[in-house]
Amino acid sequence: MKTLPSAGTTQNVDVPGLKKKQRFWAGIVREKYLLLMSIPFVLWLFVFNYLPIWGWTMAFQNYKPAKSFSEQKWVGFDQFKTLFHDHDFYLVLRNTLAMSVLGLIAGFTIPILFAILLNEVKSMPFKRVAQTITYLPHFVSWVVVAGIVTSMLSLDGVVNNLLIWLHIIHEPIQFMAKEHWFWGIVTGSDIWKETGWNAIIFLSAITGIDKELYEAAKVDGAGRFRQMWNITLPGIRSTIMVLFILSVGHLLNNGYEKQLLLGNSLVVDYSQVLDLYALNYGIKIAHFSYGTAISMFNSVVSILLLFTANGFFKKFAKESIM
Amino acid sequence: MFSKSINLNWGERSFNIINYTVIALMVAVTLYPFINVLAISFNDSIDTVRGGIYLWPREFTLKNYNTIFSYTSLLTGFKISVLRTLIGTLIGLMSASMLAYTLSRTDFRSRKFISVFLALTMYFSGGLVPIYILMRDLHLIGTFAIYVLPGLVSAFNVFVIRSYIDGLPYALQESAKLDGANDFQIYYKVILPLCKPVLATIALFLAVGQWNAWFDTYLYNGNKPSLTTLQYELQKILDSTQQGSAMNNANDLAKQMAQVSPESIKMAITIVVTVPILVVYPFLQRYFVGGMTLGAVKS
Repeated sequence: MKTLPSAGTTQNVDVPGLKKKQRFWAGIVREKYLLLMSIPFVLWLFVFNYLPIWGWTMAFQNYKPAKSFSEQKWVGFDQFKTLFHDHDFYLVLRNTLAMSVLGLIAGFTIPILFAILLNEVKSMPFKRVAQTITYLPHFVSWVVVAGIVTSMLSLDGVVNNLLIWLHIIHEPIQFMAKEHWFWGIVTGSDIWKETGWNAIIFLSAITGIDKELYEAAKVDGAGRFRQMWNITLPGIRSTIMVLFILSVGHLLNNGYEKQLLLGNSLVVDYSQVLDLYALNYGIKIAHFSYGTAISMFNSVVSILLLFTANGFFKKFAKESIM
Repeated sequence: MFSKSINLNWGERSFNIINYTVIALMVAVTLYPFINVLAISFNDSIDTVRGGIYLWPREFTLKNYNTIFSYTSLLTGFKISVLRTLIGTLIGLMSASMLAYTLSRTDFRSRKFISVFLALTMYFSGGLVPIYILMRDLHLIGTFAIYVLPGLVSAFNVFVIRSYIDGLPYALQESAKLDGANDFQIYYKVILPLCKPVLATIALFLAVGQWNAWFDTYLYNGNKPSLTTLQYELQKILDSTQQGSAMNNANDLAKQMAQVSPESIKMAITIVVTVPILVVYPFLQRYFVGGMTLGAVKS
């Protein structure tokens, strides 16, 4: 540090023989504010985002909280062997994938459709009111949404009353207590909450499409449906692809809060997802190593899915995120 | 030729009618649950048990709201929720914008490394259990800090702000530099004031995230009554009375009446928890649409 020259002098010196080390330190001094403004956050990212990866070592141990790292007993792949022999694990995996895939399908088709329809609305006040209202549920917490859904679907709730009034059913259905309704309820709640919000991105992609294309299509006699199919949809293709790849990467991490809030002991065989399974084993009954193995499985498969989806679309659709 | 154009107009018109109807229906389905909740919350709690409240209260009362303001756990929850929203939003805004500014500087040598380091966090996560163990090792469980610290820097927010800064004219920074301002002063005095629109968007995202957060309280601070949030208290009340609604048939009516009026109280709390968001949201709408688009293009 003693040999460090002041920033002012080195800046002007471009002698090739000047020591690399000296130039390095001069750069540090020159960028000291930028470094001070960014290094704390890099350290923060390291602790809160990268250090948990180091925690994966627990999956190969029989982790006991009281012991230090060197005292832990290493057990190799034993935790994973137990996991893959656990019948519940496959049940949980099925639930996770089922709700994710349903969410993926509904989370793309409906917002895209909504964005396209909204784009065809010519009355600005109507469009603005529709947008304001449909974005709204996105800002409401899952606790509130779960409360509203439970109230709507209760025995004397609005949905049952409506269905009886329409003579579709004769007896009210106990929606929240029937396990085969659960996936549908989660997906439906998600649609209700996020359709408007997810449509924003597609809507703004649509506004980027060249207006002349529509004019040309009209001259050629294309109706509104033809224009949507042949211009609007291809026009937002790359937006759809990129978002789709990202969603595939989150297939196993499609949230657990809504399942936790909407589920109950009666529907647990259909509501339990990987993260909740990890939570129950890893934290509630303190099988930390086993819980970590579940979490790790989840994260690794997610990354693999992301790369697979990215590679697939890169090859066949010439779209990618990386 | 003539008949064709009439045909087209007719097609256009029927398309418009169907389109407007579909959208109006979606708007109605989105809005109706809120109206229903509002109506129930203003209805006499014993009368609510009879069911059949749809659009407006049958027996209007403010009693439900009076009742819930006497719940002390809700008051504590409200205080903690307000605190975490204010502190979390403020600190989150400062850190995201500061980091974003350094990443917008093309002459910053560590820029590439930090960008990648940050972007990677969007694609992987250590998972629930390792993160829990980390929080325990850092002694953050059972503290207020756990509401603010783990979510301090979000890659998405940083990239949204950075792409906004990228769009600002560089000459402004140049002239500030000539006036002798250092990098921090440029950030604080030149960049921050210009970033108001994008900061409003991010502030909205952060504030809503903080206000609506429930899982962290549930996981880390559930047995700390002095640190539980409003969402957590609401969930406890919703959950404790859920059995009530599952056995809402005539036989249980008397039992329901004797109970402390679940449904209307529940809905009143739901309204109280939701209203702060409904109040600020329309004002910020014009900002967040821009912010969403910016993030999508760049990230």
